[in-house]
Amino acid sequence: MMTASLLNNLLAPLAMLAPGSSGSDEPASAHLAHMTEHVGTGPKWILLIVFLPLLGFVFNAIYAASGNKSKLPAWTTIALLAVAFLATLSMFLSYDGTPYTVHAFDWFNLHYGEKSFVANFSFYIDKLTILWMLFVTGLATLIALYASEYMSHDIGTGYCRFFSAFGLFVFSMSCLVMGDNMLMLYLGWEGVGLCSYLLIGYFYKKPSAVAAAKKAFIVNRIGDLGLALGIYLTFVHFGTVEYAALFSNETLHHYIDAAVAGDFSAIPSEAQWIAMLLMVGAFGKSAQFPLYVWLPDAMEGPTPVSALIHAATMVTAGVYLIARFYPLFLVSENALPIVAWIGTITALLAATIGMAQFDIKRIMAYSTVSQLGYMFAGLGLLSTTGAAFHVLTHAFFKALLFLACGAVMHGFAGQLDLRKLSGVSWMKGWGIVGITMLIGCMNLAGLPYITSGFYSKDMILAEAFVTPGYRLMGWVLVFTAIMTAYYTFRVFFRVFLGDQHAEPGEDFHGDDTNDFHPHAPGWAINTVLITLAACSMLAIALAWIDKSAYHGWVGSMVADSTASFHSPYAVSLAAAHGEGNPAAVAGPVGYGAPGKVLGMDPHGGMIVVSGLGAIFGVLVAAFFHGPKGWQGLFLGGRTQADKCRMDAIAKRAGPIPRWAENKWFVDEFYAMVFVTPLRVVSHIFHWIDKLLLDGLVNLFGFLPRVLAWIIRPSQSGVLQGYAVSMAGGLAVLLLVVIVIVLRAGGAA
Amino acid sequence: MMHAFESIQLAQLAFPTEMSTSVLAPYLFVSAAMFCIGLVGFLTRKNMIIMFLCTELMFQAAGLALIAFGRHHLGADGQTFVIFVLCIAAAEAAMALALVVLLFRHRESLSASAWKELNG
Repeated sequence: MMTASLLNNLLAPLAMLAPGSSGSDEPASAHLAHMTEHVGTGPKWILLIVFLPLLGFVFNAIYAASGNKSKLPAWTTIALLAVAFLATLSMFLSYDGTPYTVHAFDWFNLHYGEKSFVANFSFYIDKLTILWMLFVTGLATLIALYASEYMSHDIGTGYCRFFSAFGLFVFSMSCLVMGDNMLMLYLGWEGVGLCSYLLIGYFYKKPSAVAAAKKAFIVNRIGDLGLALGIYLTFVHFGTVEYAALFSNETLHHYIDAAVAGDFSAIPSEAQWIAMLLMVGAFGKSAQFPLYVWLPDAMEGPTPVSALIHAATMVTAGVYLIARFYPLFLVSENALPIVAWIGTITALLAATIGMAQFDIKRIMAYSTVSQLGYMFAGLGLLSTTGAAFHVLTHAFFKALLFLACGAVMHGFAGQLDLRKLSGVSWMKGWGIVGITMLIGCMNLAGLPYITSGFYSKDMILAEAFVTPGYRLMGWVLVFTAIMTAYYTFRVFFRVFLGDQHAEPGEDFHGDDTNDFHPHAPGWAINTVLITLAACSMLAIALAWIDKSAYHGWVGSMVADSTASFHSPYAVSLAAAHGEGNPAAVAGPVGYGAPGKVLGMDPHGGMIVVSGLGAIFGVLVAAFFHGPKGWQGLFLGGRTQADKCRMDAIAKRAGPIPRWAENKWFVDEFYAMVFVTPLRVVSHIFHWIDKLLLDGLVNLFGFLPRVLAWIIRPSQSGVLQGYAVSMAGGLAVLLLVVIVIVLRAGGAA
Repeated sequence: MMHAFESIQLAQLAFPTEMSTSVLAPYLFVSAAMFCIGLVGFLTRKNMIIMFLCTELMFQAAGLALIAFGRHHLGADGQTFVIFVLCIAAAEAAMALALVVLLFRHRESLSASAWKELNG
């Protein structure tokens, strides 16, 4: 009931502005119809973007087979990915505003009667695709460069294996993002899942890595089932899985108009269920509650994998899925409110867990889950732009954070415990890591004005405050933002500032532990860190490009795709924001009570609330974890790596910090509610199989043996015995014949 | 019809009339005696060659009865059947003797009880 009433609030302005009631003569679906009206055919070189990474996979497989023991796999991968990135860039620059498809080869092309099932190996290019591909190929190139140094301990088969999976991942991700039909998306979806599995389990001799890989794969199966069913239902209902045909489908346009008019009873529940099913797939891949548990464990993989797959690209596939099928989500009464609330719950829950972790990579993992929650909240709040912008900025700064943590892990033999490291920034050769880490932390914390993370998060927060009925969500997200700032800078103050102290870890990337010497990162790692830090900062500019018309450059990219519909709602929102959009003045403004935050317009209020919140979070972190003196902003009092003011608080807070450190026992809860019952059931089935089925089969084997046991003594082994029984048998037979003949004779 | 059985009829030219039952009886008696001797020999002796010879004796007893009945009924079937039996008996004799030789080599004995362990 709650979601239903909130949905009415969400769509209330849409209803007010629906055609007929407001005098607008253009239905809400007009934009979508316009977007998919003329889908052209693109140049073939677009295929390079997809197939070059696949070529990398092939090359690396050959290197592995031929026993290559150099850095050749890395250079091959980097070169191919760089070309793919350049191709993406030229795809972006040559895009003229009309979506187009590029055909590679026929895959499914079935026609039966009036109907058909077409899903070719083709690619659909619009601005949403381009946006995603830009950061996927760009970050993949950078992270491959980083990995060339990071993975150098494993040169040989492991190195080849890593880079071949890396290439396969980028290929799969390209299929996912660029595919022109849902089946291509599914192919890529499963492909990235496979590569994720392979790379989490890269250290396959380590039981925890193997368990984490299996966990990721199995949890994703639940989501993938939803996605598969959603695709199936789409085909059943709309008769096509191709984007161009699907989004230009008249029925869908009618549904959208009905949804905007608030008349969901006009939309069959079958169509509404599509979004609910696709949503489950998105929750699995993007690690949303309740399917988020695999992502923190996925940190068992090498750090470049965590950065590329489990922070920047693959986990945003769920966001892409919802953005791509936004028209389908709009026509579902419950899907978007559920997406928004699940995202908010995930953001809050993951942040509380992240606050209590001691493993810096896990803290980053939980912050990824939390930030993905923000993106989902943005999607659910009808702000695809906010979500996509946050995906982009998050891709940069979270990759940066992971890679900086990875550099620490690499240098200190796998040490990740923030209680055992201190003052890393001041060590010789670690300056760049320290500075870039600071930039990443600032972005994640969302310090006002000077970070790109602030602008993207602000967009989502403001959306929550201006949407009636969602104010609670806004405050939850602001509270989460404060926690984010706290746990982010907790890592920074403890690991990167203060007196120098380092204990080596137990190392599992192939180095000799007996001969530990911390080694500062080399040029490859430093170059990548600097580039990513620069990208994170430059992304601020994106917030200002096209600001008045589209809320930034990302808005202009999203607006020209199916992820956006030029609804009167968007226009009214612009008016609510008080921005000088001529369309807002000319167009219908029915949205009477724009949300005010602290008596200011949403964006202004957000700058105050979330900006001050972020600064407050940093100061709290400084007070509890900061070192003595200026490094702790004159608030901190830490003099040792493993002792800080938080310890006393944690002691007084009773079991709560311990519960948070143990992830609120969600894993244990799942083990109790799902895993153990399933295991018990499987044991029961095992015994049923063993006793009943095997018993039946064995019974049929046993019966002849019993019979044989009865008859067997007759086989005495004495030849004369057999002869006697033969002669006796013959005599009896003869006797019977004689009796019969005599009887017959007697009767006659 | 007559042409088809010409050869058979030619063979029967030598026996224009049926053999009477009283003439048949001694043949059958001899045959039965031979069969019984063979059977008793087979059941009582343990030497495999003797046992084999006893089976041959039973064979020939059956063959004799068949020929006698054939003469009695003026049919060619009995004789034909006996020719078959003789052929098969010849082949079987070769096999059986070879078997006996092999069995002897394994146990250095011709006694059938040497193979008593081949039981169920």
